[in-house]
Amino acid sequence: MASTGFELLQVSLPQLAAGALQTLSISALGIFFATVGGVLYGVLANLGKRPVNIALQVYLELFRAIPVLVWLYLVFFGLPIFFGLSIPSFWCAVLVLGLWGASEVGEVVRGALRSLPRGQREAGLSIGLSGWQLYGYVLLPQALKRMTPPTINLYTRIIKTSSLAVLIGVVEVIKAGQQIIERTYESVLIYGALLLFFFFVCYPLSAASRVLERRWAHT
Amino acid sequence: MSALIEFQGFNKFFGEQQVLEQIDLQVQAGEVVVILGPSGCGKSTLLRCLNGLEQAHSGSLRLDGKELLAPGTDWRQVRQRVGMVFQSYHLFGHMSVLDNLLLGPLKVQKRERGEAQAQAEALLARVGLLDKRDVFPRQLSGGQQQRIAIVRSLCMNPEVMLFDEVTAALDPEMVKEVLQVIQGLAREGMTLLIVTHEMAFARAVADRIVFMEAGRILEQNPPERFFTQPQSARAQQFLEKFSFVESLPKTLHKELS
Amino acid sequence: MSFDTAFMLSTLPAFLKAVGVTLQVGLLAIFTSLLVAVANAAILVFRTPYLWRLVKGYVELARNTPLLIQLFFVYFALPSLGVKISGFGAAIITMTFMGGAYLTEVLRAGVEAVPRAQLESGRSIGLSEGQLLRHVILPQASILSLPALFATFVFLLKETTVVSAVAVPEILYTTKNYIALYYKTYEMLAVLTLLCVLIFLPLSLLLRYLERRLQHGQYGV
Repeated sequence: MASTGFELLQVSLPQLAAGALQTLSISALGIFFATVGGVLYGVLANLGKRPVNIALQVYLELFRAIPVLVWLYLVFFGLPIFFGLSIPSFWCAVLVLGLWGASEVGEVVRGALRSLPRGQREAGLSIGLSGWQLYGYVLLPQALKRMTPPTINLYTRIIKTSSLAVLIGVVEVIKAGQQIIERTYESVLIYGALLLFFFFVCYPLSAASRVLERRWAHT
Repeated sequence: MSALIEFQGFNKFFGEQQVLEQIDLQVQAGEVVVILGPSGCGKSTLLRCLNGLEQAHSGSLRLDGKELLAPGTDWRQVRQRVGMVFQSYHLFGHMSVLDNLLLGPLKVQKRERGEAQAQAEALLARVGLLDKRDVFPRQLSGGQQQRIAIVRSLCMNPEVMLFDEVTAALDPEMVKEVLQVIQGLAREGMTLLIVTHEMAFARAVADRIVFMEAGRILEQNPPERFFTQPQSARAQQFLEKFSFVESLPKTLHKELS
Repeated sequence: MSFDTAFMLSTLPAFLKAVGVTLQVGLLAIFTSLLVAVANAAILVFRTPYLWRLVKGYVELARNTPLLIQLFFVYFALPSLGVKISGFGAAIITMTFMGGAYLTEVLRAGVEAVPRAQLESGRSIGLSEGQLLRHVILPQASILSLPALFATFVFLLKETTVVSAVAVPEILYTTKNYIALYYKTYEMLAVLTLLCVLIFLPLSLLLRYLERRLQHGQYGV
């Protein structure tokens, strides 16, 4: 215990870095699937097909009603029992973050698409664009400004929520920190470092989201 | 000779309400048909059906002899042959003027960029907007945007153009610049279907006036006959509301030249 | 795969108690968060010298770090500084820390959404700043921020599941406990899912309704 906090941090850095890499991997994969799924959700929700809308509504409400941590346990314990599927807890976390994120990003995309003037759709159709071309060249690019700030904000939520993965046994940054605490009892220092780690990842994103929102508010 | 466009016993409903009732209308190639009628009479819906933006319920609609209401109709093909211009222009706000014009030719028709761009620039020059090639729609006036929207449709090399109240959203001083472009197309012999409230323009440009009310076609006549001796009482009433037309120059042609 | 219904029924009293704990933690945290938020929002709105920077810093820190680590810090790290706190206490402190920050933002945004012309016309008839706040700003701000306030309440209530990590016997902790003790995994997961749907789904639907109502209300009235 004679060693200073700084020395301790230096010694533990590789272990924390390895954990951080896991945390960032879960977050990045979750964000990737949330974005791809969210755009798909948003486009599907805009087709105006009743059965599709009902299915999306059920999907959304399930992820809004059941907390993410509960979903983590449902998938972690449930998949092996109900489907005989045993997937590593890392991928359980990615799966849940991706599905939950997709419903939230999807609502953002849906709202942004709906805010576009109806005529944009008709003008695109009238020059013979296909459905994919219509969304790819005309509608989504115009919805981009409106959906980017809230989506970046959701990314910070996904990153913060990725911390819950430790509770289903993923050896990520918190677990790495706890292992160091078991050796050194430096809990204030380590948990302080963990808070700072997430802060330095999330704060720039939230700040960027705010700046973009203000800049694009009137366009 | 069979007509280029042929509506027959054509019906369309919005929910319970019938908005088009037993429409019979033939348009020959090269003909300029102006559709007149009070607001809500179904004239815009008629154009939109021809572009596949609305679906009909029954009857027949042929383009060049081919039935469009049959299941398997490729509307993307039809829309390349039938261009449409809207009241509020609907240019794509995130694209420059040139990109607006090239989207269809490059992505839908898969044409070569050099050739498509040359055509787009020639058409821009024709409507007097070549210098606006690289600006964005929001930097343009309404009249300029509408002329670009017309060029956007023309770049697809359509056989027919549909104009749906294209001057209704414009400030009065910009109406003329848009109508001139349409009149130029009419002179070239393009097939045009025009919905408008500009009576003087209708009279000057039309080969035939179609008068609609409450989803029905009440009469079809050459413009001089329609404006001087309307057949139906409804058309007479309609024209009386626009009686100030009398005080306008006899033809728009004179005013413009 | 058979479903042990008798076992499920036998756990009912424990789960009823767990629901009580969930609501207790959630509602208490919402209440204390609101107290923190009102004070902070007032500091932000009036730009109290120095203090408002402190509040800004707190809001950013609380909003950009995970609840779980905040919770671990309070529960595991503070004792080594000589502050011993129960799981329940840590849960309330942490959720207030986080919830207070979120609600501060909601209230501040609500006040800023009141049109400036309202303040000017209030001053023009001679209202003091305090009267302005009480009679003009707060009534409008509270309506404007109602959907976001309610959304944050629901969010906080759902976040109570996280405090299961420090052994607060709410619904998730109780579920995990039974799974560990009796291996009745799927019965317990079914109960947990059912409870979530029963507690949170109506709130979520009510929230949607409220958002839609107030959105239209703004334009209609």
